[in-house]
Amino acid sequence: MPNWTTHLAGQHVDVRLTSEDGYQAQRSYSIGSPPEDTYLMLTVERLEDGEVSPYLVDELRAGDQIELRGPIGGYFVWDARDGKNDGSPLFLVAAGSGIVPLMAMIRHRANWENRVPAKLLYSSRSYEDVIYREELHQMSANDSSLRVIHTLTRQQPPNWIGYRRRIDRAMLVDTAWRQAEKPLAFTCGPTAVVEKVATELLELGYEPQRIKTERFGPTGG
Amino acid sequence: MAENFISRGFKGRARETDRAIKKRIPPGQYETKDFPVLSAGPTPRTSLERWDSSVYGEIAEDLKWTWDEFRKLPRETVTVDIHCVTKWSKLGTVWAGVSVDTLLESVNLEKQSAIGTLIAFSDGGYTTNLPLADVRGGKAWVVDEYDGSPLAPEHGGPVRLLVPHLYFWKSAKWVRGFKLVREDRAGFWESVGYHNYGDPWKEQRYAGD
Amino acid sequence: MDNNLRLDGNAAGGLLNEVFPFEMTTAEATCGGCGNMRLIGELMLYQHGMGAVLRCVDCDTALIRITQIRGCYRLDLSGMSCLLIAADIH
Repeated sequence: MPNWTTHLAGQHVDVRLTSEDGYQAQRSYSIGSPPEDTYLMLTVERLEDGEVSPYLVDELRAGDQIELRGPIGGYFVWDARDGKNDGSPLFLVAAGSGIVPLMAMIRHRANWENRVPAKLLYSSRSYEDVIYREELHQMSANDSSLRVIHTLTRQQPPNWIGYRRRIDRAMLVDTAWRQAEKPLAFTCGPTAVVEKVATELLELGYEPQRIKTERFGPTGG
Repeated sequence: MAENFISRGFKGRARETDRAIKKRIPPGQYETKDFPVLSAGPTPRTSLERWDSSVYGEIAEDLKWTWDEFRKLPRETVTVDIHCVTKWSKLGTVWAGVSVDTLLESVNLEKQSAIGTLIAFSDGGYTTNLPLADVRGGKAWVVDEYDGSPLAPEHGGPVRLLVPHLYFWKSAKWVRGFKLVREDRAGFWESVGYHNYGDPWKEQRYAGD
Repeated sequence: MDNNLRLDGNAAGGLLNEVFPFEMTTAEATCGGCGNMRLIGELMLYQHGMGAVLRCVDCDTALIRITQIRGCYRLDLSGMSCLLIAADIH
């Protein structure tokens, strides 16, 4: 990529596709790779009646080129480097593919061996749908300051003892850092979930400017 | 980004249409069976108790209807094709409501012939401008039902304007009334580059078309 | 439910970068309707094929309306009474 320098964890790119007859479609995708990686990684969820995601997931082949611009966004970012964050505990709440920008942050935090306390509350439809599942398991096993809490909303494996419902107030009360610890929250996923989480965190006393949201629209991006 | 870049194998959604209905589809449009929702703002939630509709402006007397009064007006059911400037057309949509002619009946327009423009205004601040002639003579309705059911909020309920012979941005959602004026004034989209009139058959999408 | 279509102003970062040579998602906009000041990234973005509208979180006033038609950008900024942009160029 000719003009790419680096990005901040949480940023996204805009991807533009052009068909032979000139028709264009554009979508935003969060960058899942941390700034330290050599290659840019986007994780795309295939939507059944999507216009762009089926092309990216089914059709795109190694060696194909795509047009993208970025990185974009200075608002939904977290920087693990010294002096670039205020050391406050992180509360990351993801639903579905909303995990992507938060995974960039988690990987970036690990690369810098930053031990700021971090909790990830991650909602997925089923165990099989959990993106980055093994990697998250490994990372939290190796880092006691990182805690990953899953909730599986539609289907759970037989021995599942975790949450088995959509994110709600009670779950946030149980999992979120208390507001006295001055936490910084990032939440990403379908707009409806993000708005619910943001509203609940406000009620739990989180400061509005310390709740950062990234809405993915109706279907989760 | 590069000017002539083509993404190998990307086709977009199916945009081919059956020859038989092609005549009903204006140039540059494709038929959809969906009903896309395009909103420029949050969905208003005006309760029916508080809802009213008014006609005012450079006319002798303002008119106003409460929801109950509106529901008692003579009603029609119409089946029309609608065309969105973003290129989708939906054929055979069924709506029920009140003809704009009915609402304008008690405004003595013959006596106030200088009035040429109707500005529709909606909850949430949306406006659109139309020549008065384009909403009279059975060309426009104020509708509260779509496909046999009460109009859903995301599609403009409780009441929206329906002017099917023009691009669908002119069919203002959440309409709360009309201002009748002599001087034309560009509405929400017209003031940022969309065509002032918007005839889909002449592909009048943008200012200058 | 169609408010589910809305996004954060952050998602308009790319579009704003086409017009302004600055990182705009962290620019501060003062709402002409209620006077509250927010980062552009925090505003409510309603975007579809006709254009993009960035609205105040508190009072829904349209602060920025953008269309891109045949290579021309039109911006209506009349809903915003002030815009504060950091001078770093990205």
